[in-house]
Amino acid sequence: MVGEEENTINKLDFEETELRLGLSCGRKKVHHDNDTTNVNGKRGFVDLKLNISSHDINNKNTQLEFKNNSSLKTQVAKTQVVGWPPVRSSRKNILISQKIIGHQENDKIGNGVLVKVSMDGAPYLRKVDLNMYKSYQELFDALAKMFSSFTIVQGMKDFMNERKLMDLLNSSDYVSTYQDKDGDWMLVGDVPWGMFVDSCKRLRIMKGIEAIGLAPKAMEKCKNRS
Amino acid sequence: MSGSEMSEDEERPCPSDLTGGATAKARNCCFNAAVSGGVSGGVSGGVGGFHFSPHPDQVLENVLENVLCFLTDRRDRNAASLVSKSWHRAEALTRSEVFIGNCYAVSPGRVTARFERVTSVAIKGKPRFADFSLLPPDWGAHFTPWASVMGDSYRGLEKLYLKRMSISDDDLALLARCFPSFKELVLVCCEGFGTSGLAILARDCRKIRALDLIESDVSDDEVDWISYFPENETCLESLAFDCVECPIDFEALEKLVIRSPSLKRLRLNRFVSITQLYRLMIRAPQLTSLGTGSFGNPTLTDEQDPDYASAFAACKSIVCLSGFREIAPEYLPAIYSVCCNLTSLNFSYGANINTEQFKSVISRCHKLQVLWVFDSVCDEGLEAAAETCKDLREIRVFPIEAREDAEAPVSDVGLLAISEGCRKLKSILYFCQRMTNAAVIAMSKNCPDLVVFRLCIMGRHLPDHVTGEPMDEGFGAIVKNCKKLTRLAVSGLLTDKAFSYIGQYGKLVRTLSVAFAGDSDMALKYVLEGCPKLQKLEIRDCPFGDLSLRSGLHHYYNMRFLWLSSCRVTLQGCQEIACQLPRLVVEVISGEDEERSVSPEHVNTLYMYRSLDGPRADAPSFVQIL
Repeated sequence: MVGEEENTINKLDFEETELRLGLSCGRKKVHHDNDTTNVNGKRGFVDLKLNISSHDINNKNTQLEFKNNSSLKTQVAKTQVVGWPPVRSSRKNILISQKIIGHQENDKIGNGVLVKVSMDGAPYLRKVDLNMYKSYQELFDALAKMFSSFTIVQGMKDFMNERKLMDLLNSSDYVSTYQDKDGDWMLVGDVPWGMFVDSCKRLRIMKGIEAIGLAPKAMEKCKNRS
Repeated sequence: MSGSEMSEDEERPCPSDLTGGATAKARNCCFNAAVSGGVSGGVSGGVGGFHFSPHPDQVLENVLENVLCFLTDRRDRNAASLVSKSWHRAEALTRSEVFIGNCYAVSPGRVTARFERVTSVAIKGKPRFADFSLLPPDWGAHFTPWASVMGDSYRGLEKLYLKRMSISDDDLALLARCFPSFKELVLVCCEGFGTSGLAILARDCRKIRALDLIESDVSDDEVDWISYFPENETCLESLAFDCVECPIDFEALEKLVIRSPSLKRLRLNRFVSITQLYRLMIRAPQLTSLGTGSFGNPTLTDEQDPDYASAFAACKSIVCLSGFREIAPEYLPAIYSVCCNLTSLNFSYGANINTEQFKSVISRCHKLQVLWVFDSVCDEGLEAAAETCKDLREIRVFPIEAREDAEAPVSDVGLLAISEGCRKLKSILYFCQRMTNAAVIAMSKNCPDLVVFRLCIMGRHLPDHVTGEPMDEGFGAIVKNCKKLTRLAVSGLLTDKAFSYIGQYGKLVRTLSVAFAGDSDMALKYVLEGCPKLQKLEIRDCPFGDLSLRSGLHHYYNMRFLWLSSCRVTLQGCQEIACQLPRLVVEVISGEDEERSVSPEHVNTLYMYRSLDGPRADAPSFVQIL
């Protein structure tokens, strides 16, 4: 929601207007990485102790000046303030969303890494935040919990409780796979956890028999297990 | 929830109202309670079986209950419950609709303890500024604790309305599981659930009549939830999923519409094309309210376009139209035939429609009462609306470019036109860049029925663009002349004077929103001291400090909440309030350190509200409760 706001400030102009306006302004550091910075552009209020009449005059003059400044949009971008104007994001992104064809596979929320998890036989997929876990075991525990709470309509009647599911996940009948940044499907568990979190785009828990077509390494492991 | 907690009811002998029952309504109340089994009714014995001559007090209570059944307005009920203990009891037993304005003001247990026979619950959670990213996510307002308590106590629950709450898929599953009579779910600005939760709801709530998702965030679990509705005929009357940002299975939707003969209200999301819309409309000519989905992306074939105009013409009952999410304007004339019946028209989710396109539609909407548009229609479009829509009660003009330096194409000219043409106007929300006091003053005089006046001049601290003066006089005129005004949002360059007007004249104001305004503590002081009906006060980026905060001590228990962010209150000032008012929950939210927008001694966000049950247990780490 906050991502689109620019925060390039021409420091000199900013300070100038800061002194003359009763505007909210804060001591913003200039971020050099303009494209990807997330800005919570909140600005505090500086008490200038102006009396009203001069305040008005100053405002009028500097509004004009500000408008002139704003016209140099490429060089002097006004810091956008969070949540202003107060329009809900659903309405704000109308024009943008119309241009988006598909939706992202991954959502990044703060430090979270959300990936979709599908399980063969389950009626629908879930999303997990990989940063919430520190190991493969923790992840599997969470997945077992998640998928066992489904009252699964067709087939898969085996998944009545967590433990059974855990067993199944750990057994040779099921193979956990993930799709990495390059689009390849890999076996879960091969790489150190941290590396896995960084490269995992999507998870799929599939029946062993369907693991044909995976990377040979994964296949190999499959065969060796059973 | 066991009966023993209902201390007030324990002394009651077995209520004979179960068998006596003067009015049908009273009997139904009790009957439902008994039938839905296990409703903690204290000593409410079995259905039918107990006969004994009632004690005189019992007669009084029976009479009271039977009379109070007819009292529907919650404010009336609140008043009635204060008369005496027996009135309190009787009122509690006959209240079937409960409204919780702030989910943290009272615990779920307390509600179910007092009101036993509830069929409809409405709960509001986060403060409104959360919609504008001013609250970090995971702040709270979880529905789960309510769900589990109600799951035990309100087995007869039929309706649930939630606004700004966080509701999970598991909560939805609980609804489906615990409430066999569940009929209506309305979720406004909610989040935390996904299409998998919707699937469970669709599949298991056999009696569901309304599933309305409004401006909520629904995650895409890639489940075809529409296909989960049962195969036989449904009782669906209302299905609104325009905010669901994931594709749906159209075939499943079409089949659902076919087997839902009672469907009156259908709001499609943008993944339904105009071609698909046509197919649905010819199946459901009985619709009264239609959200058209994309109204674009037609399937292009060699054959002729379907006759969209006739599909609309066949829907003779449509009075409410919205959607147009990816509008292909060349298809707009198709809706002409329904325009003359429309009472509500919402173009504010769609792309730009320009002035000419808008005029061609609005000039036919003589009966229109509610209009939501983008400012892309320009002042000229608003003038056209003012000319035709003499019955207009509510207008909302949203900015197509919601940035404070955007060039908004509507201005004081449009506002003035609306005020002159739509004398019955009650509610206005208007985003613009250029405004004048004169136009606002004119509106205050032309539209005396105004109840809601929300003006958002997007550029901060912008004065009257003609005179260069602050907007004080304009807003002053609004509070002075609009004697029914209960909700006000101010903007533009405002001095303390504007607030002195509000304090002086805004005697009925219940909700006030302020941003980037005022010169000193006096402004807030005027408001807190002058507005006796003030319930909800949300303020951001104003120079208000501890002194002004103190001036409201006499009133905070009467308010639902106070929100102050990026102002000049200190932790100490907040602490003082917390000490003086023990029943007030004072939440202080700090931003991330490097992005603190205020100087270190000032609190980033203060959110305080009265509560019967003390500070909440689920506050996240960034919330400090004093």
